[in-house]
Amino acid sequence: MKITHETVQHVAKLARLAVSEEEARQLAPQLDEIIGYAEQLQAVDLEGVEPTSHPLPLVNVLRKDEPRPSLPREEVLAGAPDHDGEQVRVPAVLEGYGE
Amino acid sequence: MSRWTVKETLASLQRRESKPSEWTKRALDRIREADQRIGAFLSVDEERALTAARQMDEVFEDGGAQAQGALFGVPYALKDNLCTRGLRTTAASRILENYIPPYSATVADKLAAAGGVLVGKTNLDEFAMGSSTENSAFQLTRNPYRLEAVPGGSSGGSAAAVAAGMVPFSLGSDTGGSIRQPAAFCGVVGLKPTYGRVSRYGLIAFASSLDQIGPFTQTVEDAALVMNIISGHDPLDSTSAPVEVEDFTADLAKGLAGLRIGIVRDIPQEGLDSQVREAVEKAVEAMRGAGAEVVEVELPHSQYAVATYYLIAPAEASSNLARYDGVRYGRRADADTLLELYERSRSEGFGLEVKRRIMIGTFALSSGYYDAYYRRAQQMRTLIRDDFNRAFERCDVIVMPTTPTPAFDIGAKTADPLQMYLNDIYTIPANLAGLPGISVPCGMSAEGLPIGLQMLAKAFDERTLLRAAHAYEQIRGDVIPAPVLEG
Amino acid sequence: MDFETVIGLEVHVELKTDTKIFCGCRTNFGAPPNTNVCPVCLGLPGTLPVLNERAVDLALKAAMALNCRINREAKFDRKNYFYPDLPKGYQISQYDQPIGEDGYIEIDLGGQRKRIGIVRVHLEEDAGKSMHAPDGTHTLVDYNRTGVPLIEIVSKPDIRSPEEARLYLEALKSIMEYCDISDCRMEEGSLRCDANISLRPVGQEAFGQKTELKNMNSFRNVQRALEYEADRQAQILRAGGTIEQETRRFDEATQTTVSMRSKEEAHDYRYFPEPDLVRLHIDEAWLARIRATLPELPLQKRDRYIRELGLPEYDAGVLTANRAVAEYYEQVVAAGADAKQASNWVMSDLLGYLNTTGQSIDEAKVRPAQLAGLIAEVGSGRISIKQARDVFKAMCETGKDAPVLIKEMGMEQISDESVLIPIIEDVIAKNPKSVEDYRNGKEKALGALVGQTMKATQGKANPAVVNKLILERIRP
Repeated sequence: MKITHETVQHVAKLARLAVSEEEARQLAPQLDEIIGYAEQLQAVDLEGVEPTSHPLPLVNVLRKDEPRPSLPREEVLAGAPDHDGEQVRVPAVLEGYGE
Repeated sequence: MSRWTVKETLASLQRRESKPSEWTKRALDRIREADQRIGAFLSVDEERALTAARQMDEVFEDGGAQAQGALFGVPYALKDNLCTRGLRTTAASRILENYIPPYSATVADKLAAAGGVLVGKTNLDEFAMGSSTENSAFQLTRNPYRLEAVPGGSSGGSAAAVAAGMVPFSLGSDTGGSIRQPAAFCGVVGLKPTYGRVSRYGLIAFASSLDQIGPFTQTVEDAALVMNIISGHDPLDSTSAPVEVEDFTADLAKGLAGLRIGIVRDIPQEGLDSQVREAVEKAVEAMRGAGAEVVEVELPHSQYAVATYYLIAPAEASSNLARYDGVRYGRRADADTLLELYERSRSEGFGLEVKRRIMIGTFALSSGYYDAYYRRAQQMRTLIRDDFNRAFERCDVIVMPTTPTPAFDIGAKTADPLQMYLNDIYTIPANLAGLPGISVPCGMSAEGLPIGLQMLAKAFDERTLLRAAHAYEQIRGDVIPAPVLEG
Repeated sequence: MDFETVIGLEVHVELKTDTKIFCGCRTNFGAPPNTNVCPVCLGLPGTLPVLNERAVDLALKAAMALNCRINREAKFDRKNYFYPDLPKGYQISQYDQPIGEDGYIEIDLGGQRKRIGIVRVHLEEDAGKSMHAPDGTHTLVDYNRTGVPLIEIVSKPDIRSPEEARLYLEALKSIMEYCDISDCRMEEGSLRCDANISLRPVGQEAFGQKTELKNMNSFRNVQRALEYEADRQAQILRAGGTIEQETRRFDEATQTTVSMRSKEEAHDYRYFPEPDLVRLHIDEAWLARIRATLPELPLQKRDRYIRELGLPEYDAGVLTANRAVAEYYEQVVAAGADAKQASNWVMSDLLGYLNTTGQSIDEAKVRPAQLAGLIAEVGSGRISIKQARDVFKAMCETGKDAPVLIKEMGMEQISDESVLIPIIEDVIAKNPKSVEDYRNGKEKALGALVGQTMKATQGKANPAVVNKLILERIRP
């Protein structure tokens, strides 16, 4: 898989990063080298090997359905860059954007 | 006292030769005097620390020190990716430049409850992504042994703070070597506990299945003392193991006799500095001489560890860092539309290395590539873990270098990300397998830079790990203190 | 050309837990904005999720009630996308190992049963709520709903008409309510439905191009939106056009569907296993514990009422539509009332009364045993059916027992012949004309005699007994 600057642009878009055409051209060979290095895994026979997503074999970690205190709203909004005192404000969300 | 230890501090307090605030003042003085050169701290809260310490003085004068906790009066520092209620926590990122958490990490609460005095937050590679602390958005941290050299990373600030005698201990986080590697570079002890041993609650996540919090100290015994406080199951972290907290100092004095030390026959040699190799070989011989049985083991898939890691860690990171969007907290860029708000806030807020890793991770998870990249990496993770399981049937502790080379110079590797990544070749396997690992100083290079010896043990067998490391430390004798201490 | 409509529904149901799925914040609807939130559900840096046991229990119960195969090894995955009401930039959901798969719901199509397949039931967290400013300048976000536990129920494309879609939703809602899994209040968003709809020429096997419908806030609107959309697609196809794959919104004002015209970037959710949560291993004991809490489901109950209680299909359907009603009814029968009598009283009198007062059946002052008592009074002939209706109203208002009210209202019926005979003989003696008329074939004259008797007893005489006694005396 060759990482081209188009791939970089596509991935940047998915990750909501603005990457200029020039940055994309710089990043492409770097990412290509890293992904290329990672491709040594493709040469190994991994047929039938279970994937490990957790180093610990824990199961069923659950909590009881018991309420704990929520944060006071002032604290919720304290760090928000923009709010109306009750809710967080963002530029208009276009219908159908995202999900 | 050439090296400031937790043990000596506690002993002095116990003998009532000093009082808590004197130690906090010592830390603050040392920071004031040395940190302009080192750059270990991102923030120091003198007032808060002194107030806390003076309150302790009062309790202390009433004679209640003992009841006040196992680290009563001991100053310490936290890596700035550990959340502290009411105290700015940045992860060394512009995107969190002014972020003040409304809650504290479980480890911070535990240390506070044990009587530790937090003096400040230390520098790191942005979001713990890096091996030199050069990726901090705010400042460079320099190696106390050689100011032109990096302290390692990502917990470079925490390592340098202890090495330079600013605090007797600090906490860092280790995702691919971020405690052990800077410990090796800065000539201090750095322990990465078993995954699940220490709660991650309040640790700003880099790669959730790899991250683990651990201590930097001057001695192995100090590391055990800190572990006694920070370990244990936390109901707020689903991945924290329901394992009882042991006394990690219990086996320290048992020595090396009867211990089987494994050396890795097929360890990747490429890029391994001969001085490092010799220092490690010398350490192994010394342990053999002290009664350890030395056996050869194999870790055939370790050669793939870096490739595996640089798919899994960025993949998890790409998702963990999606929350920094300029909406609820953190930096928001000027924007007319929501898409602009996202893209500008994130592009202006994240540094280059963070963006690089987000993009690698996004790619590895993206439609059509998941099976070829992410899934294969997870399968390789299984083989790497299996290798360790087999190896630990034949030995109790595996010994190898912490890093291929001593600390490199600032700027030496920034142009080539892959070369920087390969610096973690010996530390990454333990993260992939979730095993505990420690780096202990084992000598100095001709250039006067420390060399680290890495030891690994079975999951949840920190006691054996600490026993072996402590025993080695006794044979080794004193290390040369960082020159900055003499200035 | 004739088309067949193919519909699949995706239903989100909020689970009835006290707290959110991954933190201890409350889930109550209608709290002031951003007051039911904490560092965890806000996705603050460093926070971690811990799974609510009750959410898993309810999801398992739902999967069982929907006849799913339970995945004994389930796990959570992250679904990555950016949206202001999604604090972490990903939703914790389930991708390839959901709680349940491959189930079905039975619906009743005019007496015929039809199975609608269910692809999967999975557990996930809800997102917050975005309020778009009417002038289009900004959006406000409330995170109270963030992290409320949801199950998503995805049907197979087995639904063949908008009416079937509504029936499916009604059946689903009824099952969720029976099992106490969810409130299913569409107006509060605790049940939400999206639909996929396509047309294909009758007889063709391949599916046509589908559109996705959103923003339908009642079952009726789901049906209407689908009806409109089926027509719209049919017109396009008949005119030789093609259907564009898109998301359309139901517009309540115009009763039409409108394209959302989003710059639809291809979704790439980059699912991967959630590293902050551990796997679920659902063992036999856990399953057994949940199974023990499963009630008899609506259709099973309905069949049993027809089979065992001999109720007409209509009655069985009405009584089982709501679990509380069915339970009430069963208690009336258990207290000794005749099944059909009880059905009549519950369906028309009780539900009618509750309907006018807006009460729920749990709030009704007449308890089942009391209703059975009233039915018994009618059965014994102590009061007439007409009187019983008045007594019932009084019971509804006072909550008193029937015998007490019958006394209080002075309407105890006189059925005792030894009491009635002297009165009747007196009436006959005083009304020779009526007796004469009756004997001459004027049937109506009997009514006058009965009426006189009732008058003489202030309406308390048992009309049937009076009838019998008069006839015995005047029959030629």
